Amino acid sequence: MSEEFKIEIVNPEKSFLVKEDASEVVVPAFEGEMGILKDHISIISFLKPGIIKILSKSGDENYYVEDGIVEFKNNNLSILTSSIFNLTDLDKSKQQDLLKLAEEEAGKPDISDQSKYLVDQKIEVLRSLN
Amino acid sequence: MASLDDLKKRIASVKSTQKITKAMKMVAAAKLRRAQESAEKGRPYSEKMNNIILNLSSGISDKENAPKLLSGSGKDQIHLCVVMTSDRGLCGGFNSNIIKKAKSYFAKLSDEGKELKIITVGSKGNDQLKRAYGDKIISHISFKESKNANYFDAEKVGKMVIEKFEAEEFDVCTIFYNQFKNVITQIPQAQQIIPLNVENSEEDKSEDSYEFEPDEDEILSNLLPKNISTQIFKAMLENSASEQGSRMSAMDNATRNAGEMVDKLTIEYNRSRQAAITKELIEIISGAESL
Repeated sequence: MSEEFKIEIVNPEKSFLVKEDASEVVVPAFEGEMGILKDHISIISFLKPGIIKILSKSGDENYYVEDGIVEFKNNNLSILTSSIFNLTDLDKSKQQDLLKLAEEEAGKPDISDQSKYLVDQKIEVLRSLN
Repeated sequence: MASLDDLKKRIASVKSTQKITKAMKMVAAAKLRRAQESAEKGRPYSEKMNNIILNLSSGISDKENAPKLLSGSGKDQIHLCVVMTSDRGLCGGFNSNIIKKAKSYFAKLSDEGKELKIITVGSKGNDQLKRAYGDKIISHISFKESKNANYFDAEKVGKMVIEKFEAEEFDVCTIFYNQFKNVITQIPQAQQIIPLNVENSEEDKSEDSYEFEPDEDEILSNLLPKNISTQIFKAMLENSASEQGSRMSAMDNATRNAGEMVDKLTIEYNRSRQAAITKELIEIISGAESL
């Protein structure tokens, strides 16, 4: 029996990534990182800024996401997100841009606690990339 | 009757108009392909989003405390209509179809004594509605600068709608756009986005239940604003594909009509040329005879 399942990442413009042979996916769920293996229970959760790790036979891939929703059902993992970047494409200058945006937002005086938490997460993740 | 010279000039001018409409048709066809592609690519996202929300809302236990975006504000008095049109003209009935649909909806609302507020997206719709409903338009957005429909623009509109909802400026929100069916057919749509319609969830009520992390309510309240933007984005994509399709068929018609007109004018030109020659001949012959 194979231990692989299907993963699909969709953003509003297009289907970002489809992979049939993922063996494990680690997503930054809202309440902590979550590793998903085959035959995981059906779950819906949303993402905080972080790194999605996809482990498969054809190699590991890492993606940086800022937000999104994960749904796992019948060995289909769907990730809906509006901002996702492949880590290999995310060069230093782009990282700096994102970091600057996040820091600007964190500096706003009228930011709510929840978005403050998310922005801080974002900054932390972006800093750790460097 | 117009002189030969005039006819010649008219033929030339119709021909040059035909060239323009032909070029516009080509451009629209190229753009249509791109717009159609992105509309199709964008569909999985909104469909998935819809599915998740259906699953969530059917699983929600406490309907009373459901997020307001789902259950509505409990009233049905003030209606917000987001009318989405294009920024450019010369696209056949595209804009007027949306406006017609919207206007009949407005008329129904005012018959029922409801209050109406309008947001127009795209300048053509604003131009057409300004005259009759100028005082009802609370905001106007135009994306002239951005070439293709993109998610950030949709998010801007979505955020504005949600802000106004949270400030209790309206109870029900409906968006108007053209759904792209094929190049010749675009169907004007009125879609209610607040409160969300979840009645078509009867078929496969999730037989297996989900694990939620964190709980349903929190996910829903996070997801619903995103869904608004997604729905608006979907409408924008459908609209841009429809716009190009509509323009393409309008320009195709115009090109054909121009062709017919050139043929007609050419016949008229040839006839009057022949008439002039005949006239001259008669003059010469009768001149010779009288000698």
